[in-house]
Amino acid sequence: MPTITYTQALNEALREEMRADSRVFLMGEDIGHHGGIFRVTKDLIDEFGADRVRDTPISEASFVGLGIGAAMAGMRPVVELLFMDFALVAADQIVNQAAKLRYMAGGTVSVPLVIRAQQGGGRGNGAQHSQSFESWFAQVPGLIIVAPSTPADAKGLLKSSIRAGNPVIFIEHKLLYNTKGEVPEDDYAIPIGKAEIKRDGRDITIVSYSRTMLFALEAAETLSQRGIEAEVIDLRTIEPLDMETIIDSIRGTGRLLVVHESHSNCGLGAEIMARVAEQAPDRLVQPARRLGAKHVPIPVAESLENAVLPQTDDIVRAVEAMF
Amino acid sequence: MPLTPERLQDAYRQMLVIRKFEETIRTLYQQGKIRGSFHPCVGQEATAVGGCWALRKDDYMTCTYRGHGQAIAKGLSVRAAMAEMLGKATGCSKGKGGSMHFTDPTVGLLGANAIVGAGVPHAAGAALASQLQKKDQVALAFFGEGAVNQGVFFETLNLAVVWKLPLILVCENNLYSEMTPSHETTSNVETFKRAAALGFESIQIDGNDIEAVYDTVEEAAVKARAGGGPVYIEAMTYRLWGHMMGDPEIYRTKEEVTKAREQEPIVRLGRRLTELGYDDSDLSRFDSEAEAIMADALQFAESSPIPQSEDAFTDVFI
Repeated sequence: MPTITYTQALNEALREEMRADSRVFLMGEDIGHHGGIFRVTKDLIDEFGADRVRDTPISEASFVGLGIGAAMAGMRPVVELLFMDFALVAADQIVNQAAKLRYMAGGTVSVPLVIRAQQGGGRGNGAQHSQSFESWFAQVPGLIIVAPSTPADAKGLLKSSIRAGNPVIFIEHKLLYNTKGEVPEDDYAIPIGKAEIKRDGRDITIVSYSRTMLFALEAAETLSQRGIEAEVIDLRTIEPLDMETIIDSIRGTGRLLVVHESHSNCGLGAEIMARVAEQAPDRLVQPARRLGAKHVPIPVAESLENAVLPQTDDIVRAVEAMF
Repeated sequence: MPLTPERLQDAYRQMLVIRKFEETIRTLYQQGKIRGSFHPCVGQEATAVGGCWALRKDDYMTCTYRGHGQAIAKGLSVRAAMAEMLGKATGCSKGKGGSMHFTDPTVGLLGANAIVGAGVPHAAGAALASQLQKKDQVALAFFGEGAVNQGVFFETLNLAVVWKLPLILVCENNLYSEMTPSHETTSNVETFKRAAALGFESIQIDGNDIEAVYDTVEEAAVKARAGGGPVYIEAMTYRLWGHMMGDPEIYRTKEEVTKAREQEPIVRLGRRLTELGYDDSDLSRFDSEAEAIMADALQFAESSPIPQSEDAFTDVFI
C-alpha cells in the first residue's frame, strides 16, 4: 500500500468520486487554482473545470444554502468551509435547513450534502480559528458527523459521506493534513457509524477521534512501558455513535477514558459516559473519566494553548490516576 | 404569451381556491383544530398564481411560511395541503411539517421555509443544479420585503449574478415586515433598486395585477432558460389580514385596509373578467366550483387518519 498524507487521501477521494459520479461538485473559498489553503482540492480544477470546482465569495451562508438547493435538485455537492469556526455564519443553513428539510418534508426530499471543514487548535490560530464543534453538531438530529484520524479512514469515510445521500459534517483537523499513512489502492469505503479498535489492550479503554486519537496512541505506548495496556478506540464517526464497540471494550477493561479536543463541558465525553451509565452501569470497576479542552476560549501562545487543549501527557496522567 | 381569457378564468378560480383555503384555516384555527401558527396570504393571490403559472411544472420554486397560495398554485394537492394543516398522515409532509413547510418535489416545490430569507439560496442552488446538469429548468424564489435585510439574501443575490444562474427572485412587497411597517426599518424599501445595485435586471410591478405578474415572470423565465441570467421582480401587493392569527394590527388603520380591498387581486380579476364578457352568474359559478374543491379537501383531511407515534422517528435520513 502506498504511504500518502491525509491531504492527499482526501484529494484522491474527491477526485475518484468526481470521476465516478457527475453529480459531485465542489464549492468553497480558494479551492480552484489555489487548491484550497490546505491543498485538499489541489489540481482538481485542471481535471474537472471551474464548473465543478467552484470558487465562492467569502459568503458561507449562501454557498452552504446553494449546496442544499443543488442537493435537493439532484446534485451531490461537497462544500468546503475554510475553518470550522466559519460554520457559525452558516449556522442557519446547516442546523435549521440541511438537517431538517427532509424531515419537515415528510421524507419527500433528500439533502445529499457534504460539508467539509478543518477544525481544532495546536497552531496558535486563536479563538476564532481553533474551535471544535462536533459536540454542538451532535445535538442536531439530521446531521451525520464524521471525524477520521488517519489518511486511510479519511479517504474511505469521505467516499462514504459523498455517497450517503444525507447531510454530513466531515471534520478534518488542521494538524492532521501532513500526517502520513498507508492507504489502500483499491476502491474502498469505510462505513459510517463504525468505530475501530486502533490498539488492543486489557486494562483501560481510551475512546478518541481526530487529532487527539494520535495523542491517545502515543499515551498508550508510554502507559505500556509503565505496565498499563490501553485499548484505544477510534470513533471515526461521531453521529451515529458506535456504542456497541465501546461497551464491548469496557466489558474487558472495566475502565473508560474519553479524550477529545472540543470543550469538555456538555461535550461528547459527557454523552458517552452518560450512555455507558445507562446501558452498561455494571461494567466499570472505576468511574469513567473525560478529557477535553478546558472551559476558556482557545488562546494563541503555545504555553497557554497547551494548557487548555488535552496533550499526550494529560492522557497519561488521567489514566494513571484511574489505577 | 399573455394569459388567454380561458386561462384567466381558471386563474380566477385558482385564486378563489387559495382565498377559501385560508378562510377555512382561519375557521379551523378559531375552532382549535390547527396547531402552531398560521400566516395567511390573503390579498397576495395574484403573485402566487401569476408567478407559478408562468413556470413549468418541473421548474423549481421555494417560498415562505406565507406560501400556502404559492404551493397550491405550483401544483401541490389542495387535499394534501389541508391534511397537513390538520396534522394528518395524508398531509404533504405526513404531519411533520405543518403550515410553514409545504413541500412537494414532484411539482418542483422544494419547500416553504419558516426562516426569513433562508429559502432564497435553496432556489439559487436548484438553479445551479439545472445549469450544471445542462437542463433548461429555472428556479423561482418567493420572499417578502422583510427578507431583504437578511445577510443570506444579499449573499445569494451576489452569487446569482456572478454565476449567471437561471433564477427568478420575486419579492412580494406587502409593506409590512411582521408587525412593523417596512419603511421604518429598511433603508430603501424599493427593494428592486438594491437588486439593481448588485447587477440584477430588476423591475417593480403591480403585484395585484395577475396579468402583469404572469407576463413579467414568463419573460424572466424565457431569459433565464436561455442562459440570460437572473431577474429580480418586486411585486407590490398588500397583506389584507394580519401577520398571523392573533395579530392586533395596531400598525395600520381600518380605513387603509378597507381602501386596499378595492384593489385586491381577486376583485381586480373579477372586474377584468367582466370586461372580457363574463357576467355575474359566471363569476358566482367559479366561486361555487372553488367552494366544491375546498369542501372536498376539507372532507378528505378531516376523514384522514392521524400519524402513528412511531412515524415521528422516520424520514430523518434516507
